[in-house]
Amino acid sequence: MYEKPLPVIDPDTAPYWDALRQHRLLLKRCLDCNRFHFYPRALCPHCYSDSLEWAEVSGVGEIYSYTVARRPAGPAFKADTPYIVAVVALDEGPRMMTNIVGTAPANVQIGRRVAVSYDDVTDAVTLPKFKMTDAIMPGK
Amino acid sequence: MGTRTSAVAREAVIVGVAEAALVDGMLATPMSPLQVQAKMAHAALKEAGLSLRDVDGLLTAGMWGVPGVGQLPTVTLAEYLNIVPRFIDGTNIGGSAFELHVAHAAMAIERGLCEVALITYGSTQKSERSRTLGGRPATLTMQFETPWGLLTPIGGYAMAAMRHMHEFGTTSEQLAEIAVAARKWAMLNPAATQRDPLQIADVLASPMISDPLHLLDACLVTDGGGALVMTSAEHARTLGVKPVYVRGFGEAATHWTVAAMPDLARLTAAEVSGRNAFAMAGISHDAIDVVEAYDSFTITVLLTLEALGFCQRGEGGQFVSAQRTAPGGAFPMNTNGGGLSYAHPGMYGIFLLIEAVRQLRGEAGARQVIGAETALVHGTGGTLSSGATCILSGR
Repeated sequence: MYEKPLPVIDPDTAPYWDALRQHRLLLKRCLDCNRFHFYPRALCPHCYSDSLEWAEVSGVGEIYSYTVARRPAGPAFKADTPYIVAVVALDEGPRMMTNIVGTAPANVQIGRRVAVSYDDVTDAVTLPKFKMTDAIMPGK
Repeated sequence: MGTRTSAVAREAVIVGVAEAALVDGMLATPMSPLQVQAKMAHAALKEAGLSLRDVDGLLTAGMWGVPGVGQLPTVTLAEYLNIVPRFIDGTNIGGSAFELHVAHAAMAIERGLCEVALITYGSTQKSERSRTLGGRPATLTMQFETPWGLLTPIGGYAMAAMRHMHEFGTTSEQLAEIAVAARKWAMLNPAATQRDPLQIADVLASPMISDPLHLLDACLVTDGGGALVMTSAEHARTLGVKPVYVRGFGEAATHWTVAAMPDLARLTAAEVSGRNAFAMAGISHDAIDVVEAYDSFTITVLLTLEALGFCQRGEGGQFVSAQRTAPGGAFPMNTNGGGLSYAHPGMYGIFLLIEAVRQLRGEAGARQVIGAETALVHGTGGTLSSGATCILSGR
């Protein structure tokens, strides 16, 4: 049984979480200024237009910043410690918080390329985690 | 441009402050959050020659009594004190709320909306062991943050520090300078919680909590209670107390979720609030004698100094080096020992103001900044989310 906190999905965010269950990363894009944003909102945070659509994104980007949690954020995270929490900048622009998985904390660096990796944590929720895709930099 | 002194006919001043005594970070006398606020209100009013009978403005923010009566803290506190305030402000923007409250109380007093404003804070988080590193409920915007196990609040500050190091080459040693300087001030303050000598190497050797921030990059977890009383300068003259003038203020908020922070290496809220406060006060940075800057974490201070314009962006690490902010340094800051070494009861902002008032009255004892006439107080709330600046003056 999955014991970590799960998103409480609401009408604003249901299409996002529905798409993740199908292993698609669906963000909102503004039909006026053409820019993507994240998390999904009712108004474009760039130009304040209400003319928005859902559009699939590449799921690739780079690490904007990160930290290594040496203590768990609650008992459910204890077995994972230390784990990597990061903010990833997608190539389409928006930043999102995530976990970097499949590597040791010592390998993580700001600027490393990453790609989405879908983690079906329950029947209802798939979390978009990220894996590093470029070679480990020399000296790291 | 005109300064507030000439522009404002009826000027707001601070006339009383009080803070609760702590032993090992816990209230010296066990009290409830309401009890400690009432006691501190009584003490601050008494210092000003006033009583609760005179109070017609009430401002507070806190995390006590939630869920429950704490959801309406101003209303609950008004009932507990049995007063009927005609100006009320319960705005909660995090630990910076109290700098905002001073600003709003000043406007209310200047407009004649109230005559005596009381600002309070109370927390028993250490006694109750209610502080956790766990996340917030994953509703609304927290759907996109809580599932990832970010330690709160340190995780977001850690990501800001990591980004600042990446962009500007800031080092852990430079961050540690801030904690060491705070400790030196605390050693001069009998009321401070942590007074043992501290070296940069001690900070670096303390356990890593959330890379790159160590245990000693983080503020204390303590109880606390404080109160602050404001009235008009005219009223203060009749009370015969030394007033502290509110020369300028500003406030701003940018984000709550960490990924939505406009730039993790830049404290946008402080840039906005600081710019407004300096413009209102009509003074330059050179005129500031002492700075009280919210130090939830060492990185908070570094970002604040850059954002307020005391140094250039990216130069904060160099600015705080060689113990510049310590006693005897060129830039006296966090003179009570700060959240890092004095106390940090969840929301720390009121204690920045109390210390600034003591410095401007010349009552700070061994830690007194000689000739301190003008102080800048800056609060930061949330995860670098909100900022509120006050520029205070003893003349």
